[in-house]
Amino acid sequence: MAPNSSRRLRSPTTEAPFARYALMTAAFLFLALFLLLPLAAVFIEAFRKGPGEFFASMNDPDTLAAIRLTLLVAVIAVPLNLVFGMAAAWAIAKFEFKGKAFLTTLIDLPFSVSPVISGLVYVLLFGAGSVLGPWLKSHGIEVLFAVPGIVLATVFVTFPFVARELIPLMQEQGTGDEEAALSLGASGWQTFWYVTLPNIKWGLLYGVLLCNARAMGEFGAVSVVSGHIRGLTNTMPLHVEILYNEYNFVAAFAVASLLAALALVTLVVKTVLELHYGAEIAAGRKH
Amino acid sequence: MTTSAAASVRWRVRQPSVIPGFGLTLGFSLAYLTLIILIPLAGLVWRSASLSGAEFLAILTDERTINALEVSFGTAFIAALVNVVFGVIVAWVIVRYEFPGRRIVDAVVDLPFALPTAVAGIALAALYAPNGWVGQVLNVFGIKAAFNPTGIVIALVFIGLPFVVRTVQPIMEEIDREVEEAAATLGANRFQTVYRVLLPGLSPAILTGFALAFARGVGEYGSVIFIAGNIPYVSEIAPLLIVIRLEEFNYGAATAIATIMLSMSFAMLLVINLIQAWSRRRYGHGA
Repeated sequence: MAPNSSRRLRSPTTEAPFARYALMTAAFLFLALFLLLPLAAVFIEAFRKGPGEFFASMNDPDTLAAIRLTLLVAVIAVPLNLVFGMAAAWAIAKFEFKGKAFLTTLIDLPFSVSPVISGLVYVLLFGAGSVLGPWLKSHGIEVLFAVPGIVLATVFVTFPFVARELIPLMQEQGTGDEEAALSLGASGWQTFWYVTLPNIKWGLLYGVLLCNARAMGEFGAVSVVSGHIRGLTNTMPLHVEILYNEYNFVAAFAVASLLAALALVTLVVKTVLELHYGAEIAAGRKH
Repeated sequence: MTTSAAASVRWRVRQPSVIPGFGLTLGFSLAYLTLIILIPLAGLVWRSASLSGAEFLAILTDERTINALEVSFGTAFIAALVNVVFGVIVAWVIVRYEFPGRRIVDAVVDLPFALPTAVAGIALAALYAPNGWVGQVLNVFGIKAAFNPTGIVIALVFIGLPFVVRTVQPIMEEIDREVEEAAATLGANRFQTVYRVLLPGLSPAILTGFALAFARGVGEYGSVIFIAGNIPYVSEIAPLLIVIRLEEFNYGAATAIATIMLSMSFAMLLVINLIQAWSRRRYGHGA
């Protein structure tokens, strides 16, 4: 079709080519300036002085300790919230009970709390002025400025991720499959393991993925409770801050590039999950 | 139905069901929620209630506190406005236009969810600092985009974008094209159709997206502190002031500021829920 006649036959439900191109240019420029450029900057700054310097800064014992701590915290926090997410989704999606809507609102609560406040509440609970902190300390248990505090703050900020993916998904799936399995003589655990879990596995993976990304990347809450002891209570994001404030930019961006790579992997897996298993996770994604 | 049967139905906590595990899953969920979220938050409220009214007022009317709250709320408001404009354009381009790499653009929008805030913070600071790639260009025009409130707005635009896009996008996808065709048949030009027919239907979603981006921006910490410059009275955000007061062991002041921020974010949460309830009544779908 000649361009001229196609313009005349333009559908009434789209914009003129000029407006279309203007909108697309605005959108792409905005995304490039605010999203892609910062992402590119992380990797370019990390390799600014060549790969040798990059790997040298990776090999630093404090950096390795930070990586180990971040993995440790995620390995504890994510499974805790995974178990909670499944339990909460089971109770909320499979049963009708009073106060259900209120409980669902409470689960989302950590999303509307500033990360700094999420850390502060644990400082107040376990700090020097509290009842609990000194008592635990006299029994040899350090919570604040130690690993347990970091885990608690991380659990707080990643609390809703798995539950909020599973609840809408399991609500949509209803209870028919489980009732069928139970009537055929399956036990409760068998029903969960062989019927429910296969139904929700992709949605579950989706929630775990987002939960893990946040757990490894959390900064504000962990910063408040960690005490910033190098090699001991420094997670990767906190280590990035320390290196950056010491003007050790290559090392700061090198550690940051690991976290950025994690974010990219998360985005790719997330997109693949949405593409291939859209129906199995869509309920959790859409309103 | 007899009165006693009606009463027993009304007073039953949950509807009968053959599915097992209600007590176990709900009990565990409630215990976990109470331990991780409710007790720590209650501790904050209790601590703040133990301040006398005069103390509380003195902290809140402190010049530095007022300035920090103004900076946090002011920059979050401006950033949310910017995100409404560009977020709606980005969502429209993704939903309505066909172009190569559309899925990638769609995935990129989630980058701020996946990228740790500290990484975003140092990347934005490196870019928008006077000697950074973007900062140099802006310098030519006499614009200073880092280490002042403008820098805070830039970081909050980064953080808030997906909230607007992901709220507006599903509603845009549901728009019935027949409405636009009807408007065009009745003689409306494209601008009139978009402005008077489409935009009103999208407005609850846009408002919700604005509120979510705003609420997130007010509490944001990690991405802001690197680019803000953190000059007291000028570019010091409220979450940072909480951290500073904590480091001074001034728990009272930290608690008071946190309580004010927390009550404001709960008010925002209420507003969002009201918008969605109103939208469901008016348009038949949540925003």
